[in-house]
Amino acid sequence: MAEDGRPGARVELSGWGWRHAGRDTHTLRGVDLTIDPGERVLLLGASGTGKSTLLHALAGLTGDDGAIGGDQEGLLLVDGEQARRGRAGVALVAQDPESQIVMARAGDDVAFGPENLGTPPDEIHARVREALDDVGFPYGPRHPTGALSGGEKQRLVIAGAMAMRPRLLLLDEPTANLDPVGADLVRGVLVRLLERTSATMVLVEHRVAEVVDLVDRVVVLTAGGGVIADGTPQAVFAEHGAALAARGVWVPGHGPAPSLGAAPGGGTLLTAAGVTARTPPGLGVRVPPRRVVLEDVDVAVRAGTATALTGPNGSGKSTLLTLLAGLSRPYRGAVLPHGPLARVDRRPLARWPARRLARHVGTVFQHAEDQFVTGTVRDELRFAPLRAGRDRVETEAWVDELLERLRLTDLAGVHPYTLSGGEKRRLSVATALSSGPSHAPDVVLLDEPTFGQDTRTWTELVELLGELRAEGRAIVMATHDDLLLRRLTDVRIRVANGRAREDIRTGTAERGTRGRS
Amino acid sequence: MADREHPGAVGDALTFEAPEDGGARHWLTRFNPAAKLVAALILGLGLVPAVDAVTGGVVLLGVLALVPFSGLDRRTLLVLGGPFLLMGLSSGLVNHLYGVEGWEGALGAAVRLLAIALPGLLVAAGSDPTDLADGLVQRLRVPERPAMGVLAALRLIPLLADQWRTITLARRARGLEAGRNPVRMVTLFFGRMFALLVRAIRTGTLMATAMDARAFGTGPRSRSRHSRWRTADTLLPICALLLLVSAYALSARLGTLVLLFS
Repeated sequence: MAEDGRPGARVELSGWGWRHAGRDTHTLRGVDLTIDPGERVLLLGASGTGKSTLLHALAGLTGDDGAIGGDQEGLLLVDGEQARRGRAGVALVAQDPESQIVMARAGDDVAFGPENLGTPPDEIHARVREALDDVGFPYGPRHPTGALSGGEKQRLVIAGAMAMRPRLLLLDEPTANLDPVGADLVRGVLVRLLERTSATMVLVEHRVAEVVDLVDRVVVLTAGGGVIADGTPQAVFAEHGAALAARGVWVPGHGPAPSLGAAPGGGTLLTAAGVTARTPPGLGVRVPPRRVVLEDVDVAVRAGTATALTGPNGSGKSTLLTLLAGLSRPYRGAVLPHGPLARVDRRPLARWPARRLARHVGTVFQHAEDQFVTGTVRDELRFAPLRAGRDRVETEAWVDELLERLRLTDLAGVHPYTLSGGEKRRLSVATALSSGPSHAPDVVLLDEPTFGQDTRTWTELVELLGELRAEGRAIVMATHDDLLLRRLTDVRIRVANGRAREDIRTGTAERGTRGRS
Repeated sequence: MADREHPGAVGDALTFEAPEDGGARHWLTRFNPAAKLVAALILGLGLVPAVDAVTGGVVLLGVLALVPFSGLDRRTLLVLGGPFLLMGLSSGLVNHLYGVEGWEGALGAAVRLLAIALPGLLVAAGSDPTDLADGLVQRLRVPERPAMGVLAALRLIPLLADQWRTITLARRARGLEAGRNPVRMVTLFFGRMFALLVRAIRTGTLMATAMDARAFGTGPRSRSRHSRWRTADTLLPICALLLLVSAYALSARLGTLVLLFS
């Protein structure tokens, strides 16, 4: 990216604050911050501190015609002018590549930004070619965007941002939604781009260790307030590392240390026998034919054991998880219950009635909202025990206990959709478990349970799963989370190219010596 | 669930690649989609007043003759055309059983429906949405913002299908299933619809933010794609008009012409 030799933008905030429409309290207040042209800044803070809001404000999206409504106070200047979207040379790359791609063809999508800026067509074509080259896009400009993997999509999004020739580049957790391979690719692209551009960069990323080499300054924000720490990464982490970690920020050298009981192990509860699965039927015309994602897969799930399904996105590990959970029918083969589960119902899991399935096999979905079925947090927790036939008094006692334990007591009356990401995750796990204290399901399956969580929720979650395992329940997780794999995994099953292979079979690796007897 | 990526799938339901030298089979795809749309509108709207079988039949035959050159494969035609064929036949049947015009009126109703639907179907399935939007904006002066908005919304359709599947699985995981109870089936369906609506609004908001962040709607746009309009593109609607006029003329000459409300 030759930025026409233009320097990066200068950012100045003084006394800046933001309150979302309909909220009583400010997300951020009294932010004083100056970023010099060409600086690379990492914004840090616990979840809910308004880091993304600040990025959106810098991108001019909080202005009168912007997408985000609320009250702004103080000054926010980009190159001495009130931040506004459009002509100011600002580009934003957000988390989810899926919702950032606008056009059906790769080249058209990269051209979208420059078109909106009124760039002459000849120059757009040159910029599109250059941007696709710079991010190492492996296909031509006419390649359909719907057929890209997550990492490829996010590279396309970055190309689209760079084609706007930004002098201020804003990155909002650009690798958060990607599998490790995709995330590495995107980080590689960013490293190369940042070497060549003189643009100012502001980055939000809560997995600090992975991006700390990209930045030369760290700014820490606090909820409802302003900047509480500012300096080089080394200085900030040396001085505030422990405090940040305590607030849930992923700080290098201050990783979470969950206390876990030993894995008791146990007999087989579920087996997938010769399971073959296909992609769901497409919608409409010209859809690609259905593809086999899993072919003749055999997997066993054991009691008192944490089993992890790993593999790249699209490899079929989520499909395998829904099959093991008895939620969908395989194309061929069956998922069969064993031991205590077989005494409940001998039929393949996919043929169990939903009510019975929910009592014995709990599933936690990646998007917590998908599994909420009632209007308040309390009702959500009451739902399963009441349906399982517990009486009112017993149910209320159990629900109160769960609320307390999940730090949701104050939120018992609110709608589940209005919770924060971490709160939603805790609630969704609770709903899968909440048949009653002594009635947790025999098998708990989770899809990316730790995805996007801060260290506090991460630790609570892992400890909860550890307890369930210690009680002899089977835990199955589809995950990319390396730390989760190291801390709470007894059996690792790698899913790739339609096959599932048991990779590693250990005690929980890091406790290996003192863990299992 | 997390598997939103299908690296093995090469196609995308939303991009339509007409081969550069597609030969006669793709003859129709070489026209500007906007020209095809105008031609289809002329035929479709022009047939509204005529309810007899001959007028509709002539147009239907004329358009059917183009099908082999539309570049559409048999499966697409079947998937899209099937419902219309069924609608045509059933409206014919209903008219035959209960109508006052006898079998002629019934045949007329069936043929008219098919003759109105087929041109539109060929345009919708045989044009790339992006090219169609370009043609509409650049050639027919359709306002740009809504056109681009609709184009972006099209990208969300496959996502919604995925989300619908996940929501259905999640209900089963919570122990909610209708079984054979039709009342529960309906209430559960609306519960799922609501959940999908919430997800759709969330995704739509994210995309709107992303479009805003890329300066959408901040000033006059330039266009990286040029929507070509050739002589043939002008001739296509004229031919459609001629076909329509000759259908009316033939029907009038044969004395079979029946107009709506006459």
